[in-house]
Order: sequence, then structure tokens, then C-alpha cells
Amino acid sequence: MTIGLGHYLAVAATLFTIGILGIFLNRKNIIVILMSIELILLAVNINLVAFSTFLGDIVGQVFALLVLTVAAAEAAIGLAVLVVYFRNRGSIAVEDVNLMKG
Amino acid sequence: MILPALFFYLFAGVCVASAVMVIVSRNPVHSVLYLILAFVNASGLFVLMGAEFLGMMLIVVYVGAVAVLFLFVIMMLDVDFTELREGFIEYLPIGLVIGGIFLAELLLVAGGWVMSPGTAKSITAAIPANVSNTEALGLVLYTKYIHYFQIAGMVLLVAMIGAIVLTLRHKAKVKRQDINVQNARTPELAMAVRKVAPGQGLQDSDAAEWVK
Repeated sequence: MTIGLGHYLAVAATLFTIGILGIFLNRKNIIVILMSIELILLAVNINLVAFSTFLGDIVGQVFALLVLTVAAAEAAIGLAVLVVYFRNRGSIAVEDVNLMKG
Repeated sequence: MILPALFFYLFAGVCVASAVMVIVSRNPVHSVLYLILAFVNASGLFVLMGAEFLGMMLIVVYVGAVAVLFLFVIMMLDVDFTELREGFIEYLPIGLVIGGIFLAELLLVAGGWVMSPGTAKSITAAIPANVSNTEALGLVLYTKYIHYFQIAGMVLLVAMIGAIVLTLRHKAKVKRQDINVQNARTPELAMAVRKVAPGQGLQDSDAAEWVK
């Protein structure tokens, strides 16, 4: 009963799917959409680290570090945009976001 | 030998279950708390895989920074979240169909996947033996991948400046201290001396002087 690469890939695939599903289910709630994106990036990180350890190559973990950085930056910018949008509109409903479209 | 497998199933199960709770819970605060649980369990998976540094990093960055940021924004914005949940049932079938297709594809790929025989030769930086994970990561991150490291720093800098620029606002009516104006103030600017005739008081023609 050894845990191999496939087990970790299955967990990552499941997390990725849950993230996609979250974007579909919470189409109006942009905060949960941002959290779903975090889940997707976590799945990517699990994949990178799993391949890194099972192939014996440390570079995968370096890339995972970069993905972690980008995820943190994305959350910060996304939430800042959300706060500005809420200030201007008084709501965070996603369907009003295309108001500025010509 | 059974213990690592047991912990793998524990961490993986809790991680997936809390990820499901993130997307289905009614209250976004609960969503954030489940997100924290998912990340803590994912960091447990990382430790199981032998990537301790990234596991701890996940806790520091996600639980310490990102989750707190989410909580802060949710509690700061006065939003009716029940209204935002409308259409949840409506989108459920299409979401499940697409999610099911996606999962099936990914599991098919993961199941029918074979390592290429040339993979062992293509390893860029092998994990050195008898060196801790943190040291092994540092040995390549600060030498071979120094540019990646610096680009990551630049990404964080841009994100920080961007977030500040987006959310900073100057209110017109707020009075602020201006040191230069205060230092440049003289008695001549600040006050006007008038001889007031008895019984008359100050006249309206002097009004321009009062404003100073």
C-alpha cells in the first residue's frame, strides 16, 4: 500500500475540478470565484511538487514557489479591484461588471 | 509503512472535502475558513512528499496573508450574500457536466500515463542527497534560478503598488497639515491691526482683511 505519483495527481485533478465547478456554481459571487482560482492554483502546485519529488528534480519546487507568488499577487490585486468596484457601485454582482462595455 | 498511506488519505480526504465546502457553503466567511483548512491539509501533503519548505510556505502565504485578506474584504464590504447565491441550482447541472467531463479526462490522463524512458536524463537539478529540502531549494534558487527569484520579487512589488494605487483615495474635504504653509505664516499675514473709532466698530469695508 504505497502512495505513488498517481495518488497525488488524482488529488490535484479533483481539486482542479472542484475549482472549475466553483466558478460555474458561484457565477454571481466574485469572492468565491477568487477562492476557486486559489484552489485551482493549489492543484497546480500539488502537481508540480508531486512531479518534483517523484522524478527527483528540485526545479519543480522552484516553479511551485513562483506559482505561489503569482497566486498571492493575484489575490491582492483581485481584492483591491473588488473593493474599488464596490465603492463605485455599492454591490459586487458580477453581471454588472460589463457596464463599461461600449 | 501503513502510516504514510494513512496520513495521505487523511490529508487528501480532508483537503478535497473542505474544497467542496468552499464552493457550496452559504456564508463566504465559512468559505474562507474551509479554504484555510484545505490549504493546511495541502501543506500536510507537501510535507508527506518531502517538500517541507513549500509546505510551510503554503501556510505562511495562504493562511497568514491571502486568507486574512479575503476575510478582511468580506467583513469590510457590506454585501447581501444571499442575493449573490441566486442561480446556484440553475448552474448546478451544467457545472456538474463540465466538471465531470474535466475530472474524467484528467483521471484518464493520470491513469494511462507512462514515464518516458528518457526522463531520467532530462533532470535539470537533481535533489542532492543528505541535504535538507530548504537547503536543496536554496542551492538552486539563488544560483541557477536567481532570475526567477527576482521576477517573483518584481511580481510582488507590482502587486503591492497596484493594490495601493487602486485603493488609495484622496477625499477633497479632509483637512491636512501643510508644514510649509505653517512655517511661511507671519504676523503680518495672520492678523490686521485696526484703529476702531469709538461707537462704530469695524466697518464692512474691512471685511477683506478679516478673512486672513
